[in-house]
Amino acid sequence: MKFPYSEKVLEHFKHPRNVGKIENPDGNALEGSPACGDMVAVYIKVDSDTNRIEDVKFESYGCASNIATGSIITELAKGKTLDEAKKIDWKEASEALGGLPPIKAHCSVLAVEGLRSAIQNYEERHGLVKERKATTVEIVRNRLKRVMNPLSGLDLVRTNLVKDVEVHDGVVRVVIDIPSDHQFANNIRDEILEKIEPLWDVKQVVVEFTE
Amino acid sequence: MTERPVFLDNAAATRMDERVLEAMKPYFFDVYSVASSEFGYTLGIESREALDRARKTLAHYVGAAEDEFVFTSGSTESGNMALKGVALALGEKKGKHIIISRIEDFPVLHSAKSLEKQGLSLTYLDVDHEGFVDLDKLRDAITDKTILVSIQHANQEIGTVQDIETISRICKEKEVLFHTDASHTFTRLPLDFNKVTADLITVSPHTIHGPKGIGGLYIRKGTPVAKWMDGGFQEFNLRGGLENIPGAVGFARAVELVTEEETKTIQSMRDHLIDRVLAEIPDTTLNGPRWERVPQNANISFHFVEGESITLHLDMRGFAVSTGSACFSRSLEASHVIMGIGGDHERAHGSIRFTMGRYNDMDEVNAVVDAMSEVVHQLREISPLGKRE
Repeated sequence: MKFPYSEKVLEHFKHPRNVGKIENPDGNALEGSPACGDMVAVYIKVDSDTNRIEDVKFESYGCASNIATGSIITELAKGKTLDEAKKIDWKEASEALGGLPPIKAHCSVLAVEGLRSAIQNYEERHGLVKERKATTVEIVRNRLKRVMNPLSGLDLVRTNLVKDVEVHDGVVRVVIDIPSDHQFANNIRDEILEKIEPLWDVKQVVVEFTE
Repeated sequence: MTERPVFLDNAAATRMDERVLEAMKPYFFDVYSVASSEFGYTLGIESREALDRARKTLAHYVGAAEDEFVFTSGSTESGNMALKGVALALGEKKGKHIIISRIEDFPVLHSAKSLEKQGLSLTYLDVDHEGFVDLDKLRDAITDKTILVSIQHANQEIGTVQDIETISRICKEKEVLFHTDASHTFTRLPLDFNKVTADLITVSPHTIHGPKGIGGLYIRKGTPVAKWMDGGFQEFNLRGGLENIPGAVGFARAVELVTEEETKTIQSMRDHLIDRVLAEIPDTTLNGPRWERVPQNANISFHFVEGESITLHLDMRGFAVSTGSACFSRSLEASHVIMGIGGDHERAHGSIRFTMGRYNDMDEVNAVVDAMSEVVHQLREISPLGKRE
């Protein structure tokens, strides 16, 4: 019998590690995907002398790949410095799990973002954040690297689907090179809004498709 | 293969009845020619007779005439034939407007959308929180350009049974053709071709322990349906292609084997499952109406947990069910049915459909409720939502 999930994914799904809340965490975040409905909460305890993650826990309201990725990133992050932990990306998590189906990229990337956001939350709370920069095309493009194309499991930028990006007076316009009736058009639009709207100086995000 | 699961996804597919296979077998190994060879050789005549017998059984089952039933490859093709066939026949002559309910299954929904792209205008009728179409809204939506109304008999996910008798009367009064997809009610609920005056009715045996790859469309005499898929002259020149004779024979046999008593047993399993889940598992919502639903369907949302996680955990415990969660679907879209009844993403996310059939029993229903209770508890423990302080 063959599931689309690896043995390792199923094992972490069945017995997720580091599940739960940390009372009075040093940093925490709740990430949700409007596109698929999954949510993940990440809590961290940080040793302020060494900047190392002493403890990390997660909670998941999501599917198997979301739960398994939550579990694996807590294992990967524990004991790492904040700078090291920030570098953990979807690819690393996916490899540690023996691979994830491409269509599940966006559910699993949430856990990775949850960890990054929890670290960011820690840095904000402890005055470690640098000054706020105005949103540029480059910043938008970098964020779009976190939006997955569900067909390939690769991000929109890498797969050359971002045809155009404009930033003007707080309005961000993104043109995606797929037809508007594409199987995943709504899904991709939702994810783009989710990634770009939170930028502090963005008032409106317009997503357009090429056909 | 491992041990057989307790299969509670009978709306998707059913275990075929051995008696159906027995009826089909001769048409694979002995009488394997096509019916259109009847003028050539004896075997062809036997094939023709078998096809005619199957057609007669199915036509008479609802009180239709023998030439009012066309075999297709399944309910998907029947839905395409109904919508595209009528649009082809009447689009230029009468008008270019079609009405469907918002919660139709994909054959009708996607056929309608495809026609919309070709220039037809489409009205989606909203449904209420239990999935019922508002009959007054239907009356108001019909214009002199309307050529077809397509409203399902029962919903594939939440089981809501529409009042198709009244709907068919409204369409008749307004002189508009009416198609209904009865894939999920056929043989389980009464269907009388003389009371339900629908012009087109889609049926299929895949939910009643018959074969897959065969379906049918009742076409009332005189209904303008153009041939939408080109091929030979089979099926009254409405549906080209080799006749699936084993399939047709199996379809007819599957229909004969359904009994009222069996349907009652299935309904009592449904009721027991719904009653136990709602009473024993907190934060659950029944999707669809409590009583006016198909006998085999229970659909319940388990809040604060996700459907694919539930189905996988149930699978490990030996149960097969289905979910309306976006994570589970190929399009990554949450169930359009749950959203259509005013549900939110969250309600679709944790929705589980249980559908019972001939080979289930009350012990299995009790076992799945027990397993469900454990799985939901376990997943809620790791969920950031709905924690009771």
